[in-house]
This record gives sequence, C-alpha cells and structure tokens, in this order.
Amino acid sequence: MFHIFCPYCQEHREEEEFHARGQAHLMRPADPDNTSDEEWGDYLFFRNNPRGIHHEMWVHSVGCRKFFNITRNTVTYDILETYPMGEQPTITADSEKLRKEQGVQTADGGWQTVGAQPESKALNEETSS
Amino acid sequence: MTQSNRIDAGGRVDRSQVLEFTFNGQRYQGFKGDTLASALLANGVNIVNRSFKYSRARGIVAAGAEEPNAVVQLGARADTQVPNVRATQQGLYNGLVARSTNGWPNVQRDVMSWVGRLGGGFMPPGFYYKTFMAPASMWMTYEKYIRMGAGLGRAPTESDPDIYDHMHHHCDVMVIGAGPAGLAAALAAARAGARVILCDEQEEMGGSLLDSRETLDGVAATRWVEQTLKELAGLANVTLLPRTTANGYHDHNFVTLHERRTEHLADTARAAGFSGQSRARLHRVRAGQVVLASGTHERPLVYANNDLPGNMLAGAVSNYIRRYAVVPGNRLVLSTSNDHAYRAALDWQEAGRKVVAIVDARANPDGDLVRQARDSGIRVITNSAVIEARGHQRVTGARVSAVDLERFVVTGKVDELECDTIATSGGYSPVVHLSSHTGTRPQWDEALLGFVPGKVKGMISAGGVAGQFDLGETLADGARAGRQAAQERGFSGAQDIALPATRTRRESPACALYQVPHEKSALRAPKQFVDLQNDVTAAGIEVATREGFESIEHVKRYTALGFGTDQGKLGNINGMAIAARCLDRSIPEVGTTVFRPNYTPVTFGAIVGRHCGELFDPKRYTALHQWHVENGAEFEDVGQWKRPWYFPRTVNGKKETLHEAVNRECLAVREGVGILDASTLGKIDIQGPDAREFLGRVYTNKWAQLAPGRVRYGLMCKDDGMLMDDGTTSCLGDNHFLMTTTTGGAAGVLEWLELWHQTEWPELQVYFNSVTDHWATMTVTGPDARKLLSELTDMDLDRESFKFMDWRDATVAEVPARIFRISFTGELAFEINVQANYALHVWKKLFEHGEKYNLTPYGTETMHVLRAEKGLIIVGQDTDGSVTPEDLGMQWAIGYDKPFPWIGKRALSRPDTLRGDRKQFVGLKPKDPNVVLEEGAQIVFDGKQSIPMDMKGHVTSSYYSASLKHGFALAVVMGGRDRMGQTVYIPMTDGTVYEAEIVSPVFIDPKGERQHV
Amino acid sequence: MSNVREFNTVPEGNPQVESPLAWSYRQHPVPGAGSQRAGVTLREKALLGHLVLRGGAIVLDEAVRQVLDMNLPAKPNALVFDDSGERSIQWLSPDEWLLIVPGGEECTLEHALREALGDAHFSIVNASGGQTVLSLSGENAREVLMKSISYDVHPSAFPVGKGVTTVFAKASVVLRRPSEAEWELVVRRSFADYCYRWLLDASSEYGVDLQQ
Repeated sequence: MFHIFCPYCQEHREEEEFHARGQAHLMRPADPDNTSDEEWGDYLFFRNNPRGIHHEMWVHSVGCRKFFNITRNTVTYDILETYPMGEQPTITADSEKLRKEQGVQTADGGWQTVGAQPESKALNEETSS
Repeated sequence: MTQSNRIDAGGRVDRSQVLEFTFNGQRYQGFKGDTLASALLANGVNIVNRSFKYSRARGIVAAGAEEPNAVVQLGARADTQVPNVRATQQGLYNGLVARSTNGWPNVQRDVMSWVGRLGGGFMPPGFYYKTFMAPASMWMTYEKYIRMGAGLGRAPTESDPDIYDHMHHHCDVMVIGAGPAGLAAALAAARAGARVILCDEQEEMGGSLLDSRETLDGVAATRWVEQTLKELAGLANVTLLPRTTANGYHDHNFVTLHERRTEHLADTARAAGFSGQSRARLHRVRAGQVVLASGTHERPLVYANNDLPGNMLAGAVSNYIRRYAVVPGNRLVLSTSNDHAYRAALDWQEAGRKVVAIVDARANPDGDLVRQARDSGIRVITNSAVIEARGHQRVTGARVSAVDLERFVVTGKVDELECDTIATSGGYSPVVHLSSHTGTRPQWDEALLGFVPGKVKGMISAGGVAGQFDLGETLADGARAGRQAAQERGFSGAQDIALPATRTRRESPACALYQVPHEKSALRAPKQFVDLQNDVTAAGIEVATREGFESIEHVKRYTALGFGTDQGKLGNINGMAIAARCLDRSIPEVGTTVFRPNYTPVTFGAIVGRHCGELFDPKRYTALHQWHVENGAEFEDVGQWKRPWYFPRTVNGKKETLHEAVNRECLAVREGVGILDASTLGKIDIQGPDAREFLGRVYTNKWAQLAPGRVRYGLMCKDDGMLMDDGTTSCLGDNHFLMTTTTGGAAGVLEWLELWHQTEWPELQVYFNSVTDHWATMTVTGPDARKLLSELTDMDLDRESFKFMDWRDATVAEVPARIFRISFTGELAFEINVQANYALHVWKKLFEHGEKYNLTPYGTETMHVLRAEKGLIIVGQDTDGSVTPEDLGMQWAIGYDKPFPWIGKRALSRPDTLRGDRKQFVGLKPKDPNVVLEEGAQIVFDGKQSIPMDMKGHVTSSYYSASLKHGFALAVVMGGRDRMGQTVYIPMTDGTVYEAEIVSPVFIDPKGERQHV
Repeated sequence: MSNVREFNTVPEGNPQVESPLAWSYRQHPVPGAGSQRAGVTLREKALLGHLVLRGGAIVLDEAVRQVLDMNLPAKPNALVFDDSGERSIQWLSPDEWLLIVPGGEECTLEHALREALGDAHFSIVNASGGQTVLSLSGENAREVLMKSISYDVHPSAFPVGKGVTTVFAKASVVLRRPSEAEWELVVRRSFADYCYRWLLDASSEYGVDLQQ
C-alpha cells in the first residue's frame, strides 16, 4: 500500500484512492496520419520497464480526479517525487547516477531472493540497459 | 487431574479463578492468566501433537509465537473451529475446547509413528516425490493417503457466528513490541507529544520483564511495567493494543496488526458478553515512523531426539516458572552456549525441583550467572553438550559428552544423566521477520551470532532485535529510538526520559553452537531436528547440500525448512549454520531467506473484515428499485448495479420461467408498449466552448453539425482502433452536451475524457461531470408509446415536430423532464429523464395511465433480445477489445475526413486492422429453428474436420426470438460479410454439431421504419 | 449563457418526492431503537440542492461573493459555510467546488451564478438528485469512521472546516467536518443504501440512534 502525495490535494493519500496509468511522458505523435506504422506501433504498445528510477502516470480517481506523475524507484518502491501534468521530473535515472558517482549514498535494492544474489545481480545489470 | 506441575506461590496467574477446559477430550483445570500452553504444562500433559511428516510425539517447546509444536484446533462447536492456533498464544478461558492438529487415531497412539523411529537417513527430503514418482499418473492417488496421515488443521464446515472488522489508523510512531525497549520507546515518543500506537502480541504487555529475575530501581521489574503502562494509558495521544500481533510490514510504513478482541474470553464474542463486537480486528496502520522492538527468539540446539516431549527452550522454562508458576518437569538438564540461559536452572532450583546439571559448551564460563549457579550447588559440566535425548514419549535421560566444536566431533566418553526435561539455548536470534517483509535483507552480525534487521526507511530497531541483550542498554536503546522517531516527525521537544536503574552483570562471551556433534554421522544418528514443525532434520539439510542445493533458498524449498505457519522462527538459523558447515562456507555466505507476511497466521475472517455477506460489495440501486421488488422482478447484476432481469408473472398459479416471461415482454414491446428502467446508463454533462471539438476527437463520427435539440449515436475507440464504448450524445446547447455511456463503462469513460483533456489537450475549454445518479431514465417503447405518453404531457409528440433522434424539455406527470426520441429496441421509443427523487412518482403515473395499453415492464433480458433482433451491439458482449468499428460494419459511423486525427483513426490503417480475414460482425440463423446457440461457442467452416478444428469465429449473443419464432444469434466470423448465405458449423462439447446460416445481423425491420413512426 | 441549456428540475406542483434512502428505511429499519445507549447518531439531510461548480478560482470566487456573499475556498480540502450554516462551498479539486444549499434553491442559484459569470469559461452541474448528505455524530462517530475510511480522521489531521473525497468501505464519499460534533458524508444516490447499511453495521457495537 503506497502512500502518495497528490500534488493537487497537497497531501499524502492512501493508494486505494489512486489508479496507476502506466508510463509517464508518453507523447502521442503530433501528426498521426503521417506517422509510420512502426512509430505508431511504438507509441501504442511499447513501454519501458526499468529497474530503478521510473516515471509513472497516476490519477487521483477517488479524490480530485486529476492526473499527475510520479518518480518511483521500482526496486525500493520509494516515491521520490510527484509532480503535476506538464512538468518535468527533477529526479531521473541520469541524475541519480550522477549522485551516486558523487558519492551520495542511496538505499540499496531489497532482494526477495537473497541466496542467489550475486548471480541475479549480474543478470539484472545485463538486462537493464 | 490435578495441576501437578503448579507451584504454590508466585507467577501472574489468579489462583482464585479456576477455569475448566478440554484438550483432546480430556477435562483439565487452569487459572485465569494462564495460556492454554501453561495450563497444559501445569497438568503434566506431555504430548500435544504428532509431527507433520514422521508422526513423532511432540510437546511444548516454547512460550510464545515461536512455538512450533503446540499448534491446536480451537473451538467447542462445528461453527467456532479455528485451526492453527498456538497454545502458547491462546489465553485460557472457561469452557475452552482444543484438539491436537495432527495424530490419527490420537496423539498418544499414532499408527504412523513407526515411521519416525527409524534413523536419520530414512525418509530424506524429497522422499515422497522420489518414492511415489512412477507412474506419474498415480501421484494423485498416493497423495490422498499420504495427506490422511498428515494434516494441518481443519477448516470449519459451518459459517462463523462471529464477525471480524478492520480499523484504520495513522500515527507518528508505531511501536511494535511492549517489552523493555518498546515501553521505553513508547514513553519517550508519547511524552514528546507524538501520536503513538503500542502493540504487543502477548496477553499482557511487558515482554521479557514479566518473567525477569532483574530489578528496576531495586524493585521487581513488573512494577516499572505497571507504572509505565498506567502513564501511557492515561495519555490521549497513545493507543495501547495488547493481544495484537504486528503481522505484516508493507510499503511506505504501512503495518497490519491482528488484534484478538474476544478470543481470550470465550468461544464466541456473544458468549463473552459482547453484542455487535468483532472477535478479531485487523488494524491497518499508516505510521510516520516504526520502532521495531520485537525482541529475540531463543535458538534451540540441534541434537539427537531433540524433539521428544521434555525438550524445551531455556527461556521458555523460566517463563513458565516465573510467569505462570508452572515447572514443566522434575529433573532438569540444561545445555547451553551462553550465560543467559543459566536463569532457567536458577529458576528451576528456586521452584524446589532438581537441577541435575548444566552442560556448557564453553571451556571457561565465569559470568555472574555462572558463579551464582555454582554457588547454589548446581553441577556445571564445561566443554560439553547434550548430544542425545533418551526416552519414548517423554525425555528420560540426556546423553552428555565433551565436544570439539572446531572439528565437529564428540571427544570424550558419553555420560547418561537421568532427567525428564532438557532445556537448551544456542543463543538469541533477533526477530527480524517484520523488517524483511519490506524486502530488506537482514544483516549478519558476527559478534551477535545472528541476523539483525537491515535498513528500512522510516524504521528504527531497538532493544533485542537490534542486538542489545543487556537490560539497561535495552531500555536506553528503546528510549533513544522513541525520542528519535518523535523528532523525525517534528516533535523537536523530545527529551531524554528518566530510566530506572538496572544491575550490570558480568557475562562471559557465548560460543557459536548450532548442531551438536554425535558419535554417529548425522545420517546414522537418531534424528536431529532443525525445523520441528516441518520435520526437517540436520541429515535432511546435509542430503540437500550433497545433492547440489547450495543456495539456502533452494535448500529451503527442497527440505521445507522454514515453511508453513512456523516461518522458520526457531529453525532457520540452525538450518543455515548446518548448510554452511556442510558447504564449508560462512553463514552470511550461505545467505538468509527473506520472511514474508504474515508473521503468524491471521484468520481469514480478519482479512475479510466486514466485506462479506450483504456488505461484500456495494449493491447499487436505481430510484425505482422499490417498485421492481414489489412487482416481482428477478434481478441481474450489471457491474455493481441491481437491474431487473425480467418480471415473471404468475399464470394459472405457476410462475413464468425466464423464457416465458421474456417472450411475453418482447411481444408486448413489438405489439403494444413496454417500459424499461434505464437509469443505470452512464450520463456525462459536458460544458464549454470546445465541447463540440472535444467530442469530434474522442468519437469516431462527426459532431460539427449536430444542432441543439438533436441526438447522435457515437462510437468511441482507444488509440489502437478498438471499440471501447458507445452511446448517444445530445446537443443541449452549442456549448453543452449530454453524453450517455454503457452502464459498465460510465466511470471508465469519464476518466478517459479527463485523461485526454488533462494530458493531451489541456488547451480545450471543456468540463466533464457525471450526472448518472442525478437523472432517472425510463424508456417507454412500442407502437403505443406515443399514445401513452401523450396522456401525461402537454408536449407535442407528433412525429413531424418531435422526430426520431430529437430531444425536448417537457413536463411529465407534473415533473420537469427531458424526453429523448431514441430507440434501442427498433420500435417507437421515448426515453424520459427526470431528477431521480421524482422518478417513482412519474413511473407510477405511467402505470396508472398505461393499464389500458397493457403497459409491460421489461428487464435486461428482453432489452438484450430486442436490440439483438435489430443487430444493435452491446459493447463488452459483442465486442471484446479486439473489434474495430469496421469489423462491426459500422463504416457509417467513421468520419475518416474529419480535420482532427481523432482517437483510433490512425490505427484503422495499420496492416493488421486492414486484414480481409478479420472477424466481422454477422447474424447467424440456426438451421433448426428451436436451437439457441451457446454464447461463446466457436464457429468452424468444416463441421467434419478432425480435432484440432480451425476456429473461424465465435457466437457473441444468442437468443430465442418470439417475434421471429426461431433462435438467432450474433457472431463474429472471419471474413463474415463476404460469406452471407453460407453455412457454418458450431461444434459442442457433447459432440453435437449445429448448423447455421450467415445472415445480416438485422433480423427485424431492416429498413428501420418502425422507430420512425 | 445561451449556449448552455439550463433545466429547472423543481416541479411547480407537489409530486411525490423520495430521498435516495427511502428504500433503505423501508428495507433495513434500525433494530431495537429506543432505550439503549447510542454512541452514534445517524441522520440524513435529505433533498438538499447540490451544484458542482467548475472553472477558474478567481472568476468563480467573484461570482459566489456577488450571488451568495460567500468566499470560494481556494485552499485544497477546505469547506466554508455561510452565516446561517445552511449553505456551504467545498473545494473538490483545483477547478471544482461543491455547493450545497437548501433544497429548491439550486436552480435559481444556478441561474444567478450563470448571469454573474457571463462569458467566462465555467460549468455548473446540478447534482441534487444524484447525491444525499448523511450526518454522523455521537461519541463513537470517529471510531465508526475509522472502521470505514482509511483517511486520517484524528482532529489534528481533520479539523473543522475540512472536507475530502475519499474511499468509504468499497464506495467513494465526500467526507466533511462542519463542526466539532458532526461529520457529514456526501454519498452518491446509487451507493446510499450500501453506505447506510455499512454505517449501521459499523455502529452496532456502540448503539445507534437513527433520526429520519
């Protein structure tokens, strides 16, 4: 059960008031009629599934009914920021990488399966490019 | 039977309140303040269960949640049965009835027990799978008999007379565990002004202080517990929840607590004298900060026959003596790796019974407690351990020998000591379960020889769970955690609280001892149990590692270590240590498994709460529901709505069937006049200068020219070109529209409109609001509809002035109404919308006047037949998210030349949506007029093809038509529109193959003249 | 505004009118009302006028000042009453407010507001038939809410003058606190029976007094 800060209601609310609506910042091609089948297919069907920082769109459906975006760590489930439609995130995978390089400690991911950790870590690094 | 093990003085039981209870059919007595476990021990009950796999006799081992054996079935009646109750956590009440979970025919004499008497190598892990493997098809048969011998409690067969409920909480600081650390933390946080919840799983708060030999400020520790609880109870910002187990620790500091409210008082809440109160409650807590003060579990030692009744944890022995005044035996041998366990021997001796010896694995223990034991004349044997328990149904002796822990061998001669109880302690494992629910890995602490909680955001661990075992340090750690948690929540005034003075003791360091070596190898020695609940032995783990299972997660799954309701509370670390020894690695290298919720079993009742029975899910009613009920409607669930399905009449004393009623209702609409409660349709009010533009973008068809007073049918697609909803939208004013949606689609469509407005086109000036509940909608339809309605309104209903697809404001039966001339039946129809509070009045007036026209109420089934006869689709029935408007043959509703690239347009020119062999919407006419095809049935072109047949389509709607006097269906068939007149086949599971002809989906009035009359 | 069709739902005569709970009262009367201690008092404030206002805060504020002599609450989750306590405006979202007025006033009020708002971009929707108000009071009212709603109803988090849209059991409601002693739930018509039965059930351990 997430605890989500609604940028419009200006307070934290329980997850049951919200619905997740998938990847944020999807752009509908401006001129669909002159968009190739491949580009249109990308827009319709292909989504990112990153390990770590992810931007998601949510809607406060039992509340103010407004859509907004969340920056969330898909490993720790930490919600790092929420921001209204039309705004850009201040925290991104790149900015976090920079922070780490500059020596700022961030929470390590929780492994459900610990015994096989070294193996699965390698596995994840390979697939998360 | 007398309470032979009860001592005359001490303990926290009330000897003046004698409670009667029954265990396995035998009647016993205990005292108020007992748990079922302490009362059983008081009565000298040795065997409380048979083990899961080997059917070995088992007794009580522990005194708390970690008890693996004394798992009982509780309940006096068939309807009050509760499985998987730990006797150590069940408060005793008068009339309590409990049984062992396992054991057939009974625990004293179990026919399967020969299995468990064989050596360590018999029935290795995977035994069942390996032995009963061939032939695979027989496994189902073997399993039935294997299961009969096992068993893990029985589900009740009658419905529960009690209720369970939920309660939501928010707090600044959630303190889990009311031992010394938890109490200090709660006090510190509460005094700082924070909202505090303190929960503890035991019958009484106080934790280890309740059986402590320690003093605080020079008096018994329980005095401080009482004072602290009194202060906390008096504070408005503190909620105390005793008998409440924190069972799950979820995302963002969300903690679920299971409170036993009346379970300790009587068999049911009513019997306990409560009315309307729940038996158990699930608290859902959103905590700002969590202080985890869950303490430790003592680790048992692993040695041969360590599961015989009479083998107990040292701490449990102290607990039973000091808290319940029960000495669970007469002659004690204590086997330990640390000083702390010496308390058990001291308590035992002070209770007046014989301590045969303390066997200490360390070479030179010389801590204060060790000295005290020696001074009391207790024999201390060093460098040694109990390597095997002797006995049949109860311990009769302990085999003791010198051991070399480095080389893992028995070094000296084996001595046998006569005793009936062996208490052991291999150290203390922090209870890290909750912290690991969050996905955080516990961290190995070499000094502690145990895992401590990993870092969890918003959590502070304190006391035993954080590795603080000294009482003074534990109190200080708790106070610090409470203060810090309050500060994190902005209570900056948090100050140090005065803590009571403790005695400091000198302790000699503990040694690492898990499995005790035996003269024979683990496979040949008598069984050495690691996980008592799941019958996992040291030999089993050894076999698993030998067979190549190296990760502890794999060992766990192969052997069942840490499975079930036990969740590895006693066995996990020993299991890891054994695996580490076998693999020649360190414990942290072998890793730990991560525990999952729930910490202890939670009754389904508490999980469900009041969301059951009549309150399981909202039932939505229209304003006319009362009338429908009074007029005998049968109801159908449409989403959460209760809609009249059909209105059976009683004809010649016999109630009509669905089929009879629907035939009658259909004919009434086609030949006279019928009425439908259509209030459930979604209705969305749309206002704004860009409302029309917006409609043009979300609907496939054109809206630019629709004039006020007119209505249009619209199709709504997703951007993948697939139909998602349909309905009519009326132009109320140039900037004002009323959209209707399907009943099930109402909420989704409103959110869909908001989604596009808020994310793609915020520049459009338009607002959407649901008015579904504000309006009640009554559809009057049939050739006589105009005649009937004209009696109740002065509005001009003439076909020329009020055309098909017009709407007008009017007054119907004195009530302001909006009338829409739209039709879902193909007949003349008027949809009357009135403010819902007046609906019943208008409906009744229609019936007063409708009597002479035989006005017939009809339900959803007739609605479905009538629209299907006209080939009108129902989204979600005739479509399934893979159907385009083109597939439906609705090209007339697609505005390809609209200026804006509306939602779904682009996808309609993708290669896949242009395929000629897509499933297309058609009608089906069965060759046999009496056949009504099954909805969902597959359609093939070659009825004689052998299986697997090529499936070419499926039936989406199918009914009997009273007007046509034959069955008919709607279907989607590959390339169907080019196959008009062809025969297709519908094979059924019973071998019957129906034949049907592909026809137009419009079966009645193909020119659509009737709705225009 | 001529481009929007107003519709006066208030009849001129006196046709039979029913609150959304009429069916529930007949179906589920309160068991054993009378002498027992009532920790919870439940009352329907039936047949009130409900309008939903959408638009920019500044223009709407001007209009409601002019027409109702009230301020539009601009702060999220705020609820204000007029001096008589009969009219209220509640923030629902950054561009949405709920106006509740005595029954029968809603259509003339809508008209007056439309006049005052002129050509501005706004919407006013009459929801009077679609929702009703349940009032909850008594010493155990807060516990009943804690059994029903995950939103924090502690006085420190939910002071008088606050209102939120949130989940109630498995329905959604507008929960508001008009005074120290009272809570109001604005429930949708079709969910009213469910909410009513849920409240009766949650109140039963404290005793409930139902005032119709």
